[in-house]
Amino acid sequence: MTTLAIKDLYVSIDTEQGNVPILKGVTLTINTGETHAIMGPNGSGKSTLASTIAGHPRYKVDSGSITLDGEDVLSMSVDERARAGLFLAMQYPVEVPGVTMTNFLRTAKTALDGEAPSLRHWTKDVKTAMAQLRIDADFAQRNVNEGFSGGEKKRVEILQLELFRPKFAILDETDSGLDVDALKVVSEGVNREHSKGEMGTLLITHYTRILRYIKPDFVHVFVAGRIAEEGGPELADRLEEEGYDRFTAQSAVEA
Amino acid sequence: MAETTHTEISPDTTLEGEVTAIGDLDGKARIGAPSGTGERPAAIDGFTEEGESLPGGDDGTGQLGFKKHSHGNAPVVPEASRGERRRSFDLADFPTLTGLEEDWRFTPLKRLRGLHTDALSGTAPGIEVGGAGNVTVETVGRGDARLGSAATPEDRVSAAAWNAFTEATVITIPKETVADGEVMVKVTGSTSEAAAQHILIHAEAFSKAVVVLDHSGSVTLAQNVEIIVGDGAQLTVVSVQEWDDDAVHVSSQQAKVGRDARYKHVVVSLGGDLVRLTPSSIFTATGAEVEMYGLYFADAGQHLEQRLLVDHAVPNCKSRVTYKGALQGVDAHTVWVGDVLIRKAAEGTDTYETNRNLILTDGARSDSVPNLEIETGLIEGAGHASATGRFDDEHLFYLMARGIPEKAARRLVVRGFLTEVIQQIKVPALEERLSESVERELAAGNL
Repeated sequence: MTTLAIKDLYVSIDTEQGNVPILKGVTLTINTGETHAIMGPNGSGKSTLASTIAGHPRYKVDSGSITLDGEDVLSMSVDERARAGLFLAMQYPVEVPGVTMTNFLRTAKTALDGEAPSLRHWTKDVKTAMAQLRIDADFAQRNVNEGFSGGEKKRVEILQLELFRPKFAILDETDSGLDVDALKVVSEGVNREHSKGEMGTLLITHYTRILRYIKPDFVHVFVAGRIAEEGGPELADRLEEEGYDRFTAQSAVEA
Repeated sequence: MAETTHTEISPDTTLEGEVTAIGDLDGKARIGAPSGTGERPAAIDGFTEEGESLPGGDDGTGQLGFKKHSHGNAPVVPEASRGERRRSFDLADFPTLTGLEEDWRFTPLKRLRGLHTDALSGTAPGIEVGGAGNVTVETVGRGDARLGSAATPEDRVSAAAWNAFTEATVITIPKETVADGEVMVKVTGSTSEAAAQHILIHAEAFSKAVVVLDHSGSVTLAQNVEIIVGDGAQLTVVSVQEWDDDAVHVSSQQAKVGRDARYKHVVVSLGGDLVRLTPSSIFTATGAEVEMYGLYFADAGQHLEQRLLVDHAVPNCKSRVTYKGALQGVDAHTVWVGDVLIRKAAEGTDTYETNRNLILTDGARSDSVPNLEIETGLIEGAGHASATGRFDDEHLFYLMARGIPEKAARRLVVRGFLTEVIQQIKVPALEERLSESVERELAAGNL
């Protein structure tokens, strides 16, 4: 079992208006096999947490720690984190000019595993995974994300999740912008990988609807840069009925 | 002319019309925004969102927006059609360049080192031709009747070169002959005096050959390469510019393409201070196909320019143009202008041209101008596309977040981008050499 531990994390960003604190003391521990949902209103810092774990240079860690089985994640470069087993399914996957999906997937797999995948198996794995996620075969020859629709980009993120087999998957609002059919396809992909029992999942979402397809073990409600409430799946049900008003009102009073 | 009516600066977006993309000079990272967020179109003088604003007082007898043609001290009058551009062997027919001319407006004349003003009396770079035993190679005087049969200068530097060369190299692939190897033409410069050079490549009817013009060394060179692709011939001409850093090279490479001929032209510009190529393909009979490819990689301070013309003057010909460029470093500048002209008679034409640029660092500038001029509606197809993208921190983050180290990520992008053109050469040894050259370019930029 592997453990991703986030302790008392403070993160800020530099803007033209100066330094803005976003995360204000986040503590969270995820183990292999667990699914944690992080829910919260816009601007609460959910995506900042995801990007900080992956090492996006925009986010500055002011204090606190992130460790993977005790190893200091914050001292690793972005690619080292990926090779250590962290995977971020991005909210806005970028289009990468000049690199075909096929070339990209094989290069990444080689970098992650430290050796090139056996060509025969790899080609078959890619084909199978693409078919399961209902991604057209011709996407393999297209440049990474270039001209893909929002839903196609999200499916391609999950394709990578299934092919790269990370120790921890962080899904940053993977559900946003998906129609019901695409949401099901994407959720099935996550569940397929999760069910192998070798991955922990951190599911970041604004809406509760994805939780009908991906069942969380734990739910954390993010408000104003910290966890305002934690609980089991029942907390998600309550949020679905009541919304975030209860938390945002409370946070406004505190402020 | 389907010249542009507006410009956008917007990475990762396919555009039609004139595109100028400039790497961020202020070094601000564009992070957090999804790619393709459109910025406001930049204004062009004389243009509004409705199109060109016309000066008042037009009496309706002249061409819209243009002063009447007159000789003497008249302002520069753009040709009404690309097909009307002046062509002449007489230098006096081309006024002294000011830099305002449509076809010179992107070229820094100061860096031409006199090619547009001086007598081109320097020693021409050496030429060695080898590689194919059944191809005829001659060195002839300027009186040889064959010279000037395929090409007529279209600009001042080309006309100056025509008037200055003392001897020319004529390469003939005889009728129905398949060259028994790649014809390697090594052009090696050793002086920076302004000089002229003339080369004629004649692929006679039903012959087949690959001719590589391999430029290296140091030059200030005005060059005319005329190319005849005979009926049913299959000719590939590859022009490789791996000059020394100080070289200035202006080259007109005009081809006349015969009936049912197949002509492929590939430009690879990597080295030199200023390289300006004007390749053109002129269809003279039906049934021919032309492919024109280009690859350019500009480093800091380099100016690499290519201006193409595909002249569909006759029916049922096909053309494809694909040029790709990468830029890195401050004041790396590339220019691509692609003119495609479909004349009234050219029914059944099928044409498409594409230019793609990849800006790797801040401070580089890429100009891209696809022009399509269509005088008949009875065509198979005609299109063009231009896209200029920026390899930025977000691309890098995405690739690194998948485990790919930074250097490998950058190389992955550039290699993938440029390989398409290198693969068109089909001369394995040369492809390998050029791939290595591209790797060196990348390494030189600390990428």
